[in-house]
Amino acid sequence: MAESESKPKIKKKAVPMPKQPPEVRKHNFNEVALGYTEEQALEEASRCLQCPKPQCVKGCPVEIDIPAFIKLLREGKYEEGIRKIKEKNSLPAICGRVCPQEEQCQMMCVLGKVGDPVSIGRLERFLADWERAKGFTIPEKAPPTGKRVAVIGAGPAGLTAAADLAKLGHEVVIFEALHLPGGVLVYGIPEFRLPKSIVQAEVDYIKKLGVELKLGYLIGRTYTIPELLKDEGFDAVFIGTGAGLPQFLGVPGENLGGIYSANEFLIRVNLMKSYAFPEYDTPIRIGRHVAVIGGGNVAMDAARSALRLGAEQVCIVYRRSREEMPARKEEIENAEEEGIICKFLAAPTRFIGDEKGWVKQMECIRMELGPPDESGRRRPVPVKGSEFLMDVDTVIIAIGRTPNPIIQRTTEGLAVTKWGTIVTDENGKTSLEGVYAGGDIVTGEATVISAMGAGKKAARAIHEYLMSKK
Amino acid sequence: MKMYEIVRTEELAPKIKLFEVFAPEIAKKAKPGQFIIVIIGEKGERVPLTIAGYDAGKGTITFVFNEVGKTTRQLGMMKPGECIWNITGPLGNPSEIKYFGKVLCVAGGVMIAPMLLQVKALREAGNTVVTVIGARIKELLFFKEEMKALSHRLYVATDDGSEGYRGLDFLKDVLASEKFDRCVAMGPVAMLQTVCELTRPYKIPTIVTLMPIMVDGMGMCGVCRVNVGGQMKFGCVDGPEFDGHIVDFEELIKRQRMFLPEERLSALLWELGGCSCGGK
Repeated sequence: MAESESKPKIKKKAVPMPKQPPEVRKHNFNEVALGYTEEQALEEASRCLQCPKPQCVKGCPVEIDIPAFIKLLREGKYEEGIRKIKEKNSLPAICGRVCPQEEQCQMMCVLGKVGDPVSIGRLERFLADWERAKGFTIPEKAPPTGKRVAVIGAGPAGLTAAADLAKLGHEVVIFEALHLPGGVLVYGIPEFRLPKSIVQAEVDYIKKLGVELKLGYLIGRTYTIPELLKDEGFDAVFIGTGAGLPQFLGVPGENLGGIYSANEFLIRVNLMKSYAFPEYDTPIRIGRHVAVIGGGNVAMDAARSALRLGAEQVCIVYRRSREEMPARKEEIENAEEEGIICKFLAAPTRFIGDEKGWVKQMECIRMELGPPDESGRRRPVPVKGSEFLMDVDTVIIAIGRTPNPIIQRTTEGLAVTKWGTIVTDENGKTSLEGVYAGGDIVTGEATVISAMGAGKKAARAIHEYLMSKK
Repeated sequence: MKMYEIVRTEELAPKIKLFEVFAPEIAKKAKPGQFIIVIIGEKGERVPLTIAGYDAGKGTITFVFNEVGKTTRQLGMMKPGECIWNITGPLGNPSEIKYFGKVLCVAGGVMIAPMLLQVKALREAGNTVVTVIGARIKELLFFKEEMKALSHRLYVATDDGSEGYRGLDFLKDVLASEKFDRCVAMGPVAMLQTVCELTRPYKIPTIVTLMPIMVDGMGMCGVCRVNVGGQMKFGCVDGPEFDGHIVDFEELIKRQRMFLPEERLSALLWELGGCSCGGK
């Protein structure tokens, strides 16, 4: 009401996020970003212009009504605010932390043209954290439909699909292959960026919706998809198994000791908690000089974890330049603040081991940027004769993942692309009746929020399918 | 019965234990050659163990392990009626079981147990099966009678010659005097390598079961990568069985030792009872 009467004063600067200082945080696994206080959240929320034609919503993969939740926030109606977000997004505490807002909602914010965009992600996180602290309210569920849905994978896509389907009155069972739920949120993203207690709280919420969670079930092995449909009494299946198999460089010496895939490294540290070895049984060995190959968020997570595990020097080696780095700017800044070095325009050509088979050196070649490739980024071209050696005793290869092949190999008739991803229509429907898929298993490696968006869409399509089926 | 409840334990030889565990879904699906991942507690590691038996009717699976590290020793202390925290499986590709003709089965140490399953399946498929079981010393041999009953012929070997042949050298004569259509080997990597060198001159297709270090065991971490014929293969999703004549065993041996210092430390601290985890 008041907004339309008095012309709002534009506040160009965003309220900064309180963080642990770099010198402190590089020695612990606690969350780096501490979250806004109520005062800070209200201050930041007051910057929103409440545009009549909001651009931010267009940038959100799940179309959260952003101006509406911010308005509720600044009126102090936190309960209504979080409910507004949850109409579209069942995992706001997670998205508020790990979404690349600067490329999505915040990139579209009109305030961004004159100053900082509204910190939408931080406000989302504030409301989600407020809700978690006070305890979740379980939304009303539709009456039971008598239909059963199997969700494969308890990551962002699966958890979202499961929550939506449960709310619609379907009986949902999630089959998770690992011994803990959360998928990449638990095995991939480190504690200091996404505390596991938050993932657990979101999982608990989904369980309260009546979703059953079965851990240690590898679909394709324990049950195949046709068995779930034929013998186990499920009416539909959603596949949200994510990106699995790590990619390697294919250069000599890659199987030496001390060379980890980022997946191995992060699974050991995050899922198996090897930072607390020997209290936890799974070991990890970190040398003094760590090289991380790659320039994405996974590379940043691995580098920053290595530093926290006591590495003296951590160097990120990326074959293109800073501009092409796919990692979030915020994460690159965080990493550099902590003392991580980025070496651009270089790529490993071979690894050299000691007599025990442990890596001791890495030979790299310098790159220069040629014309853009199919990704639109300038293609790195090796500079002849520019090889140089780096002393390293730990290498982490973070150059991407390909889909896990188990479901594709064990499900006859399931259409798959040449990259091994599952073929679906825009609603997640696969080539098999009653079988839907979404997230990285369909798109290849992407973001948490896009996986959630896919889970949501598929849930809607599954609901329609189930209700139209006799 | 509760999920993953231990139904029966048996000490087959010093520090070699057999567990039968209630896991009906795994029991229904398991096939020879597959493995499981066992986690004994919330803070436990994921340990891959080859399946040594299954009974879909009873809903149980059987596995045998060597009490060498912290986890296996803790596992060995568990009693019937107690439950294992989590078991995932069956994992890996099942063995190729069909009629080959005459098959030589060589098993060493703890892997004698899953070999029994293999021998049984090969026999049922109509093969003539000649089996070799081996161990370091005679006290560590087990399943002799069972193996004898299922095989057309059984050889026994020990490293020190305390029972049967000393080492596997005797196979040279066996292989020189009769023709085999296939060889299946399960056991320590050094033994697998020896068997492959013995069968290579006769070009006998030799299938080895590899158990490299694994973490997830389902195609995520890549630590189980093995060089097979110059290609990178993953033990968990491409294996666990590979053509032994093209496996880079030297590299595999080095990779299996990667975490030896940590494994020793973990076991030592556990023995001393000094770690804060309280043994779970």
